[in-house]
Amino acid sequence: MAGEVVLLDFWPSMFAMRVRIALAEKGIRYESKEEDLSNKSPLLLEMNPINKQIPVLIHNGKPVCESLIIVQYIDEVWNDKSPLLPSDPYQRAQARFWADFVDKKVSGAAKKVWSTKGEEQEAGKKEFLEALKTMEGELGDKPYFGGETFGYVDLSFITFYSWFHAYEVLGNINIEAECPKIITWAKRCMQKEAVAKTLPDQKKVYEFVVQLRKMFVSE
Amino acid sequence: MAEEVLVFGAWGSPFSRRVEMALKLKGIEYKYIEEDLTNKSPSLLKYNPVHKKIPVLVHNGKPVAESLVILEYIDETWKDHPILPKDPYERANARFWAKFIDEKCLSAIFKACWGACWGEEKEHEKAEIEHEKAVKEVSELLQFLENELKEKRYFGGETVGLLDIAANTIGYWLGVFEEASGVELLTREKFSKLCNWANEFVCVTAIKENLPPRDKLIAYFRNRFGAGNASK
Repeated sequence: MAGEVVLLDFWPSMFAMRVRIALAEKGIRYESKEEDLSNKSPLLLEMNPINKQIPVLIHNGKPVCESLIIVQYIDEVWNDKSPLLPSDPYQRAQARFWADFVDKKVSGAAKKVWSTKGEEQEAGKKEFLEALKTMEGELGDKPYFGGETFGYVDLSFITFYSWFHAYEVLGNINIEAECPKIITWAKRCMQKEAVAKTLPDQKKVYEFVVQLRKMFVSE
Repeated sequence: MAEEVLVFGAWGSPFSRRVEMALKLKGIEYKYIEEDLTNKSPSLLKYNPVHKKIPVLVHNGKPVAESLVILEYIDETWKDHPILPKDPYERANARFWAKFIDEKCLSAIFKACWGACWGEEKEHEKAEIEHEKAVKEVSELLQFLENELKEKRYFGGETVGLLDIAANTIGYWLGVFEEASGVELLTREKFSKLCNWANEFVCVTAIKENLPPRDKLIAYFRNRFGAGNASK
């Protein structure tokens, strides 16, 4: 079960953060190799020749790619503690559906908020807030998306919280005003050690995104 | 207690056909409801309020949406004829390639067959370059799949698995797109393994019985997307 675990990583990536939270939840020791995405390492290109993206988990020399696929892999291999997915097939299907929603709807819209301007950005902001409101609806009165305990959907979504300050400043939006329950939920998640230790400081992320935005938008 | 399984789908959709293929493989009885996607039923909107799309599987009144999520649900609920391997690494691999097909292949194939996003204006010269680029991209993507198949009979090994079902877009619909648009993509000389796999795939009973009629499908795509992007 144990063996050698290496994570090809990038500190501001909300996708890599998902894997780091999963590894922390399971108490797995691993080596994190920080990638410079403007100068990708031969190891990254070898381990993920298709997408050439992080995160990549390398377990006993064998690569697993795509953050949610990696998280499910971790859950299945290290299945003796802290289950990330529920055990009931229907609950699992719901969890997979909502994590997929984060990837399909939240992620794309979020990117538009920080990487565009003008009309495109306005459309992106609207899309992003709508997606958050849908998540809010799904959360309802539950403490976590997973119910009483932090689970797969929480893990998939909480990593975006580290980018909220960046979205708010660059997009001129107030997420707490629009989606207060999401902020309450996020702060609850931040009480967990695995989350608090994994998510980078929002200001640090903001500075990073400001630089990144220059590559996309001329201002 | 009687089990009720409903599938909301569309006759030409590879995504809803995937669900039917998996149920058929496992010998699960279900009731199929054809949706008119231009006039979605109240039931569909009730069962998939988030995306309002097919397919939706409704099992004893409880809905599951998104074809790959449904396939995993089917495999976990009905244990006969498993479609995912037991080994976690192989499972991750199957999931990776299924996602690859859905996220990368389909849009690239569409672009190669019918040009840039449907409805976009395009200048003739620009269209030529875009087309060549799109064809090259599809070729690179198919090469990845060809390499992944290796010497296996199916992506799933000796029997059809989740990845084979997810690759129904490559195994059947791609041929339809090629014929409808006149653009050749899955050539035997470059992709002999994939071609052999496609031939085997469509012969499997559970698959064969769930393929929409080819001529009807070709006509539908020609009608909807135009004559296609083949260089004259």
